[in-house]
Amino acid sequence: MTRRYFLPADTTAGALGADALAEQLQGALHEGETVVRNGSRGAFWLEPLLEVEEGGERIAFGPLDGRQLGELLATDYTQWREHESCLGSVAQLPWFKAQTRLTFKRAGIDDPLCLDGYLAQQGFEGLEHALHLAPEDIVEEVLRSGLRGRGGAAFPAGIKWRTVAEASAEQKYIVCNADEGDSGTFADRLLMEADPYQLIEGMAIAGLAVGATRGYIYLRSEYPRTWEVLHRAIGKAEAAGYLGDNIGNSNRAFHLELRIGAGAYICGEETAMLESLEGKRGMVRAKPPLPALEGLFGQPTVVNNVLTLAAVSTVLADGAEAYAALGMERSKGTLCLQLAGNIKRGGLLEVPFGMSVREVVEQLGGGTRSGRPIKAIQAGGPLGAYLPESAWDTPLDYEAFAGIGGMLGHGGLVVFDDTADMAAQARFAMAFCAEESCGKCTPCRVGSTRGVEVIDKIIAREDPAANMTLLEDLCDTMEHASLCAMGGLTPHPVRSAMTYFPEDFCKDVGEV
Amino acid sequence: MQDQVLLDQILTCHRNEPGGLLPVLRDLQDGLGFVPEESYSAIAEALNISVAEVHGVVSFYHDFRTEPAGACVIQVCQAESCQACGSRELTAHAERRLGVALGETRADGAVTLEPVYCLGNCACSPAIAIDQQSHALVDKARFDALTTQWAQESDT
Ligand SMILES: Cc1cc2nc3c(=O)[nH]c(=O)nc-3n(C[C@H](O)[C@H](O)[C@H](O)COP(=O)(O)O)c2cc1C
Ligand code: SF4
Ligand code: FES
Repeated sequence: MTRRYFLPADTTAGALGADALAEQLQGALHEGETVVRNGSRGAFWLEPLLEVEEGGERIAFGPLDGRQLGELLATDYTQWREHESCLGSVAQLPWFKAQTRLTFKRAGIDDPLCLDGYLAQQGFEGLEHALHLAPEDIVEEVLRSGLRGRGGAAFPAGIKWRTVAEASAEQKYIVCNADEGDSGTFADRLLMEADPYQLIEGMAIAGLAVGATRGYIYLRSEYPRTWEVLHRAIGKAEAAGYLGDNIGNSNRAFHLELRIGAGAYICGEETAMLESLEGKRGMVRAKPPLPALEGLFGQPTVVNNVLTLAAVSTVLADGAEAYAALGMERSKGTLCLQLAGNIKRGGLLEVPFGMSVREVVEQLGGGTRSGRPIKAIQAGGPLGAYLPESAWDTPLDYEAFAGIGGMLGHGGLVVFDDTADMAAQARFAMAFCAEESCGKCTPCRVGSTRGVEVIDKIIAREDPAANMTLLEDLCDTMEHASLCAMGGLTPHPVRSAMTYFPEDFCKDVGEV
Repeated sequence: MQDQVLLDQILTCHRNEPGGLLPVLRDLQDGLGFVPEESYSAIAEALNISVAEVHGVVSFYHDFRTEPAGACVIQVCQAESCQACGSRELTAHAERRLGVALGETRADGAVTLEPVYCLGNCACSPAIAIDQQSHALVDKARFDALTTQWAQESDT
């Protein structure tokens, strides 16, 4: 009898004890049994999630601790299903049934570095297809898919690619933005750890489409495990001929290099990232010129988020129409939502655009982990608004979110219960901006420092009415006079906290 | 001396790499634990940039340090998702327990306590990292269990 155990080697699974469990399991294996360190399926509320495969069936246990694993290992396998931590088949859980997984369809199934496993699950089909297309047809395919950048600004990927493709230059570049600086987001990390070849494939396709022979992945330094996986995946892809001078025996070259950031949030902004890749301080560049025309080392450059590039593999494998058939209006395909903060069932959900925030957070996420009422949901990372209950019926769609003065950004939803102090959150947003500002423009650099001071005064009840007005002015200035979204969007969390939760700033605000 | 050998090796390795300054600094810090100011001129010369540029880059990025850190670096995530799950209280607890303020190295050099802004474990906040190994769903009891050897319990 062969039996395979699957235990994720993912960062979060590891942070919850999966490595120790793997060791415990390894020490108790019988003849014919193996342990696979797979990626995570992203149901982080169930991690460490052990799956056991035997006779074509795969059943799951989670969240599992060492004591429970010990109990399982001490009993006969036929009794395992009765164990308190048994979940049955993962695919049958409502949490998974509600999803439509495209980008994450392979996540957590197999060993992320196993090339055969990748190939067995449609891997490199997109690249094979792209190798038979003219570059402009690849761009056309991406355009028709309606795919928009997943890194925050939601700019159509095909249009960016077309600009780079039409530019003439000796050298062009593909840069993958894997900085994932937003709090409450981890989809890039999960994808890179659970299915790294998909990103490599997407970048190679981008290279073919625009005529770029070199690519860089700029990864944040807070993700050491991700670095390890990517580093090995790149090596294996090179050895197998999917990267290098002759990709897929096509006589076309694509070289990929992994670079690591150095702990600066602003380096997620694309031009600051390019400066960083050039070995400089991560200062934001003024646009124009667009990076598509003058990007890395002054050459035409595609800068895309991890999920955007990964999605391209699916688009090329399944066709633009299949992709565009999902989603709503101008938000096509699937949205990779990340449920975080005070939430019972946190993790990655890949759903078609259009579900409401409430459905996702209350039904799939199960409400708060503390069991207390939800007070606010911050959507779109540290520069996103804090949404009050009245906004939770908004469908998850770029335009609908913009309509309520929020943004979807990278798809992170961070839940706060009623113990949250929104003045403290507003203060943090300003302090974070002050700390992470690249320093190039005054409204952001100085304005955010002043912002912290003013909020402190309001909290201390020093002339609150005048200081609230001052804070409003400051937000206006930052919004209108900042060079990039760091200074320009910091007023989002601040203002939303002031507008929707004034009672947290000063009790007598009603009389102000 | 040993450090010079390492620096030379690193510079040889990255000298011709476009934008090689960050990789140089990263490797140097990985090897020595920090980036000594005495290395700036050699780096500048090898990469054909000014010493001021090296200094500017080292000071811009949070990761680079010009002084050695404590023997162990404990990071506590300060970003929103962790805030929503009690990271402010956890940080205060960590400061008390370890006897060092956030952002500081303890006088005996045993531990550095640092803020970090998101470790990517936000679905299971709050998160900390001990020498780059992250731990999620960290409440006070779990923090204590993970940090027994550095405990000092004072009122700093
Ligand atoms: C302050 C700031 C931080 C950003 N951080 C990230 C990030 O961590 N990851 C990312 O992909 N995009 C980030 N962006 C957006 C990028 O500038 C850029 O729009 C994106 O990488 C383009 O890729 P896409 O079109 O595939 O989304 C950030 C933007 C700003 C202004
Ligand atoms: S808004 Fe802030 S981060 Fe952006 S360019 Fe200006 S100073 Fe730099
Ligand atoms: S916000 Fe703390 S791990 Fe992401």
